[in-house]
Amino acid sequence: MKLFRMLGRNIRDSFKSVFRNFSLSLASISCITITLIVVALSMVLSANVNNFADNVEKDLTIVVFIERGASDEIIEKLGDSIDLLNYVESKTFKDRMDITKEMIEEDRTFEMILSKYTRENTPVRDEYLIKVTDIEKIGEVADNIRKLDNVYGVEYGETIIDSLITIFDVLRKASYISVIALVLVTAFLISNTIKITIFSRKREIEIMRLVGASNLNIKIPFIFEGLFLGIIGTIIPIILTTYGYVAIYQHFNGQVFSPFLKLISPTPFVYQTSLLLLVIGMLVGMFGSYRAVKKHLKI
Amino acid sequence: MDLIRMKNVKKVYKNGVTAVYDLDLTIEKGEFVFVIGSTGCGKSTLIKMLYRAEKPTSGIINIGGIDVAKLKNRNVYKIRRKIGVVFQDFKLLERSTVYENVAFTLEVFGIPKAEIHEKVLKVLDLVGLKHKVKNYPNQLSGGEQQRVAIARAIVNGPKLLICDEPTGNLDETTSLGIMQVLEEINKLGTTIIMVTHDTDIVQRMQKRVVLLDSGRILKDYEKGTYRHEAI
Repeated sequence: MKLFRMLGRNIRDSFKSVFRNFSLSLASISCITITLIVVALSMVLSANVNNFADNVEKDLTIVVFIERGASDEIIEKLGDSIDLLNYVESKTFKDRMDITKEMIEEDRTFEMILSKYTRENTPVRDEYLIKVTDIEKIGEVADNIRKLDNVYGVEYGETIIDSLITIFDVLRKASYISVIALVLVTAFLISNTIKITIFSRKREIEIMRLVGASNLNIKIPFIFEGLFLGIIGTIIPIILTTYGYVAIYQHFNGQVFSPFLKLISPTPFVYQTSLLLLVIGMLVGMFGSYRAVKKHLKI
Repeated sequence: MDLIRMKNVKKVYKNGVTAVYDLDLTIEKGEFVFVIGSTGCGKSTLIKMLYRAEKPTSGIINIGGIDVAKLKNRNVYKIRRKIGVVFQDFKLLERSTVYENVAFTLEVFGIPKAEIHEKVLKVLDLVGLKHKVKNYPNQLSGGEQQRVAIARAIVNGPKLLICDEPTGNLDETTSLGIMQVLEEINKLGTTIIMVTHDTDIVQRMQKRVVLLDSGRILKDYEKGTYRHEAI
């Protein structure tokens, strides 16, 4: 009962304190707001870059050209052998005549060349299209397929894909590092602003100590205050993220320049980002206050 | 019965200055003691050690069974809850009302609201400020602010009240009013130690006087009057 009473008092006092020290609170809130807007921007960018990378990677396929004259039974056996390989997610068989049809549909000039051929003498080969579970292993899978019988050749655009994978990997890591670095910088900035705020209330802490408040008694209201500052500070970043992102998404029709570069659908992305911002704001506010008040507890 | 027992207490500051030398002092429950002496004689250090704002370099300071000298920083609140402290500059929370300032001490201890209300009004009545509960410190005179500070210091019913020049910033009439309040509190059983430079007050009150000089107790008068050898 006593614990709840004290907790209630702490929450009430810290809420009051935010408004009683409004100009100082405003400084902390502004700092949280501005830095979290930058964090939100970097989070949205990073998530979309990752999404682009994922989309491109998902479309990467190994094309297995099958030896001419392979019977249906041999083709099926080859399929089974491919299934047994590591990192193979799925395989699709494509008949040479279907491929011919697709080629003609795509480009009419093929019709002149390919219409001369029959199923028996067409230069087009039957294919297996393979998707892998781990894009970084695409080369390894391709090499293993090459070793199988009745495989004429394997194609996955080695040089371009390898460099794309490297670029995506670097981009991903860079975006993660930049978000983490930004969150840390935010924590540091907010913590310092709150420190200045609390420095001006050094006297208040001194009085609290003098009347017999334990360190915990003193810390808790300030931590709650930091929490409130954090929550208030995230309001604008959350509104900007939610409405801003939806507006951008609608403006670009969900993709940037090409269908390859699809933006992440706003739902539930904006809600997840907002929740993350709120958590960051709350934690950073609490941590900032805790760090700041701790310095003044030696009187 | 002893409330405070100081034995061989010495305080050397980090800069090498020794403020108090091997001090022995015993104060009984219910006493009213003036600590006097010229500036720099160690009286402030002495009372700061009592409420553990300063830690003695060596010696024992026992207050109501607690060895204050051995208290760790995080446990200082244990002694502060047993004593009240009044300062020359009042040390009130500027953004809190009179009521909130006094209630603050009790809230810290997690006392129920109704009990806080009752105790705060009672103590404000004792210091004559019941009608100013809703005022903020900057709306009060110096004497009134000091009364609020006294109310805050005693609302928890401490056994010991430490006053660090409580009348230092006040005029003579106001000071006498404050002394009347302190005397009343003392009559209710609270031990009071008061540091002062005020000659008149010491003369009038006729209480025990401890005279410090260069960090040592020079004289300890039973029912002392102020003598011109000090201050």
